[in-house]
Amino acid sequence: MKLELRGITKRFGSLVANDHINLTVEPGEIHCLLGENGAGKSTLMNVLYGLYQAEEGEILLDDEVQHFQGPGDAMAAGIGMVHQHFMLIPVFTVAENVMLGHEETTVGGRLNMAATRDKVRALSDRFGFDLDPDALVEDLPVGVQQRVEIIKALSRDAKVLVFDEPTAVLTPQETDELMLIMKQLKEAGTAIVFITHKLREVREVADRITVIRLGKVVGEASPTASNEELASLMVGRSVDLVIDKAPAAPGAPALVVKDLSVVDQHGQVVVNSVSFDVKQGEVLAIAGVQGNGQTELTEAIIGLQDRVTGEITLDGKSLRKLSVNKVLDAGVGFVPEDRNEDGLVGAFTVAENLMLDRSDGAPFVKAGGLQLKYLAEFAKKKLTEFDIRAQGITTQVGRLSGGNQQKVVLARELSRKLRLFVAAQPTRGLDVGSIEFVHSQIVAARDAGVPVIVVSTELDEVTALADRIAVMYRGGIVGIVPGDTSRDILGLMMAGEPAPETGAAA
Amino acid sequence: MTTVEQAHAAAHALTRRPVAGKGWKAPIAFGVVTLLSLILFVVFARPGTSEFRLTAGRTLIQLPVIAVPTTLSCVILTGLMAVITVIAVMLVRANRRVPLWLVAIFAFLFLAAFLAWAGAGASIPVYGLLLGTVALSAPLIFGALGGVISERSGVVNIAIEGQMLAGAFVSAMIASITQSPYLGLIGAMVAGMLVSFVLAAFAIKYVVDQIIVGVVLNVLVTGLTSFLYSTVMTANPQMLNSPPRFQRIEIPVLSEIPIIGPLFFQQTIIIYLMYVAVAVVWYALFRTRWGLRVRAVGEHPQAADTVGIKVGLTRFWNVSLAGAVAGLGGAYFTLGSVGSFQKDMTAGAGFIALAAVIFGQWDPIKATLAALLFGFATNLQNVIGIIGSPVPSEFMLMLPYVVTILAVAGFVGKSRPPAADGKPYIK
Repeated sequence: MKLELRGITKRFGSLVANDHINLTVEPGEIHCLLGENGAGKSTLMNVLYGLYQAEEGEILLDDEVQHFQGPGDAMAAGIGMVHQHFMLIPVFTVAENVMLGHEETTVGGRLNMAATRDKVRALSDRFGFDLDPDALVEDLPVGVQQRVEIIKALSRDAKVLVFDEPTAVLTPQETDELMLIMKQLKEAGTAIVFITHKLREVREVADRITVIRLGKVVGEASPTASNEELASLMVGRSVDLVIDKAPAAPGAPALVVKDLSVVDQHGQVVVNSVSFDVKQGEVLAIAGVQGNGQTELTEAIIGLQDRVTGEITLDGKSLRKLSVNKVLDAGVGFVPEDRNEDGLVGAFTVAENLMLDRSDGAPFVKAGGLQLKYLAEFAKKKLTEFDIRAQGITTQVGRLSGGNQQKVVLARELSRKLRLFVAAQPTRGLDVGSIEFVHSQIVAARDAGVPVIVVSTELDEVTALADRIAVMYRGGIVGIVPGDTSRDILGLMMAGEPAPETGAAA
Repeated sequence: MTTVEQAHAAAHALTRRPVAGKGWKAPIAFGVVTLLSLILFVVFARPGTSEFRLTAGRTLIQLPVIAVPTTLSCVILTGLMAVITVIAVMLVRANRRVPLWLVAIFAFLFLAAFLAWAGAGASIPVYGLLLGTVALSAPLIFGALGGVISERSGVVNIAIEGQMLAGAFVSAMIASITQSPYLGLIGAMVAGMLVSFVLAAFAIKYVVDQIIVGVVLNVLVTGLTSFLYSTVMTANPQMLNSPPRFQRIEIPVLSEIPIIGPLFFQQTIIIYLMYVAVAVVWYALFRTRWGLRVRAVGEHPQAADTVGIKVGLTRFWNVSLAGAVAGLGGAYFTLGSVGSFQKDMTAGAGFIALAAVIFGQWDPIKATLAALLFGFATNLQNVIGIIGSPVPSEFMLMLPYVVTILAVAGFVGKSRPPAADGKPYIK
C-alpha cells in the first residue's frame, strides 16, 4: 500500500510542530524519517496514526484520502505502529495483547484464545520469532516485547508499518536482528516508515531518507550520503562527530569500588558484587542495556541507595554510609540520568538551580540568608561559560530545551572543585549540537585530572568518550575492556557474553 | 575460569537467587497465632463440653449434634496448628510458596479451637453462624463487586458508600409507593448509577482527583438522604417508607440438604442475584471481550487507546455499572433485611466493601471471599455475645476492623492494583 502525506500542518498553541510536511512511502520501501529530538517526527506519526488531528493537509492511502478520527480508524485502514514506548499491557499474555481491540469471540461472548494463539504462532514462525503466546509480556526481555508489538501490527494486516525510534531500548545485536526483520517485511511488500536519529541505522536499511528540522522537511538524502552530510542536514550546520581528545594520562587510582552490592526495595539484588577502579584523568564508561544495575550503581556511589554492601573509597576515604551531603562535600559531582526528576527543579529559576546543592553555607548563604547579589553574578558567569541559551538567569528551568537544561546541571556540578565526576546518561534526549558540547565538557574535566564515570546505553557515546569500558549485565560487570574495543565485542558483552580472552585483560 | 566468566556466571546465578525476606510472612503469622492459641485455649483452658449444632430444628434431614470435651479438642487443634506451622516453615525453606489452601485449613483450625473454647458448656449454632454470615456479607459483596468493576477500569471508587446509601433510600421509596420490591430493586440500581454519573463525569471528563470526588459524594449522599428522610419520609412513613420485603424462595429438594440447603437454596431473590452476580462478573472480566478491554483500560490506557478502544467511554460506563451493582447492595438493607430506610443505615459498609476489594486483590471471587470473612467476623461477635463469651463483646466488635487493617496493610498476600487505577487518562 502506498502512503502519502500532503501538506500536514499541526500546531500546539503558537508552536508549529509540523509545517506543511509532504512524504511519500511506496510499498516495499523503507523510508527513513531522520531528525533531532523535538524536530516533529513523532507528532507527524501521531497524526498519521489518528492520535492527533492535523489542522491542514491530508493523508492518502493508495491515492485515496483518509479521515482518521482515532487509532482504530488508522488501523482498520492498514496502518500499524511499533511505538517507542511499547503499547503493551505488562500483565497480559502475548496472545491477549495481540487480540486486544479486535477480539474474536465464540459462544457466550467468550474470547477465542485458541484462534489467537494459532495466529501468533503462525506469524511468529513466519519471521522466526519463537514467541510463546501464553507468556506474560512483563516477563519478556525488551527485544522480545518489541516483536510482540510487530506481531500485533501484522495480525491486523498492516500494510504500512511505522517504527518509532525502535532501537532506543535494544542491544546492538537486537538492533541488527530488527534490521533483518525490517528487510524481511519490506520484501513482503510492506511500506515501512523508520523514525530515528541514529545515522548508522539509517544508512544500513533506508531506501530513501527524509530529513526534518524544526517541523519542516529540509531535504532528502540518499543512503549513500556520509554521516557528516546527514548530521549537518539534521542540525542545520556542520557538526563535528568525532571528539578531539588527547590520549588519557591516567594517574593513581582515585575511586576504588570493591565487592559492591545493592539490594533494591523489592529485595532484589540489582548490583551484584561489583569491583572496579577509576584513575585520575581517565574516563571509565559503564555500558549496558538500560536496567542492568547502572542506575543503582551510580546511586550507591552518591549515597542514594540504602541497602549497600562492599566498599567505596575515594582517595583513600570511605564514601559508603555517608549522607548525600557528605558525599558531595567530598568532591563528587553527579549528573543524574533523569534531569527533570532528579537534576533540576523545573519551577525554579536558572540561578536557583545553579546553587541547589550549595545551600548550606558560604558563598551562597550567609547567616541563613541567600546572597542574591553573589548568586546573580555567579549565574550570569555560568550562563556565558556554558553557553546556556536562556532569556536570563530568572527564567524558569522548566521552560528551557533539554540541551540547555542539561547545561545547567553540568554548570552546577562542574563549577565546584571535583575529585570525582559521575555522569549518568549525560546526553539522553539531547540534539547533536548539545551532545557535542556536553562531550567536550566531560573530556575537559578528564584532562583537568578528574576521574570520570560516564554511564551510557549508547554505544556511540561510550566509544567516543571512554578510556576504559566496563560492561554491566544483570547487576554484574561482564568485563572491563579498553576504550577502543570493537562494537561487536561490546554488543556481545551487553548481552552477557564474556569478552574474548585477549580483550579481557584491561 | 577467568574473572570475566565468573562475573558472567554470577550474573546468571543472580536471576535464580531467592529474593531475600519473601515468603516468611505466612510461617511467622502461623507461629504467632499458634502461640496465641496455646496460651489462650490451652493454658487458660475452660473446662466443660462444647456442642456444635449443624442443623436447625425444622429441617427434614437432621445431623447429630457434635459434642466434644473442650480442653482436649483445644489441645488437639492447637497441635495441628503447630504441625501446619512446621510444614509452612519447611515449604519456605525449600523456596516454595505456602499454598492458599494451607492458610485456609489453618484458619479453620484456629476458628474451631476458638469456638470450642468460647462455647465451653454451651451449644454453638454452626448453621446460624453461616447463615448470618451470608446475610451480613450480602451488601458488602455487592459493594465489593462495584468496587472491582470500577477500579479494574481505572477509576477508584470511594463512593461505594454513597452509591449504596442512595440505593437504599430510593429502593425503599419506590418499593413503598409501588408496593413492588422488584421495582425498588431497579430504582436502587438507577440511584447508584446516578451517583456514579457524577463520579464518572468529574473523574473522567474534568480530571478531578477521584478520591476527593468520591469522598465528597459520600458526604453529599449522606446529607441528601438524611434531609429527605427527615422531611419527606417521616411526614408519611406509611406511604413512603414501608416497602414490602422480599420473601424467601425455597427450591424444592435442594433446600433440604443440611447446611448447604439453607445457604444456597432457601434465600431471597436478592441473595440468588448476588451469587449469580459474582459468577457473571468473574466470567465477564476474565473471559470476554468486555473484560479484556476493561482490564486493558485500567492497566495501560494509552495502549488501549492505540488499538482503538475508547478509554473515556469504557471507564464511564464501567463506573456507571459499578454504581448500579453497589446500589443493589443498598437495596439489600431496605428490601432484604431491615424493611425500611433509616438515616445513614449503610454505616460504613461501603468502606468495608472497599477494603474487601483491596484484600481480594481486585478479583471478584477473592473480593467476595474477603467480604464473607468480614461478614463472618461481625456475625461471630453476635453469636458469641448470645451464648455468653469470656471475651468482651466490644472486643469482638473490633474484630472485623482489625482484620480489615491487617488485610489492607498487606499482611495477607501482596496486593497489586491495576496499574492505572486512580490515574486520569489525558492524551
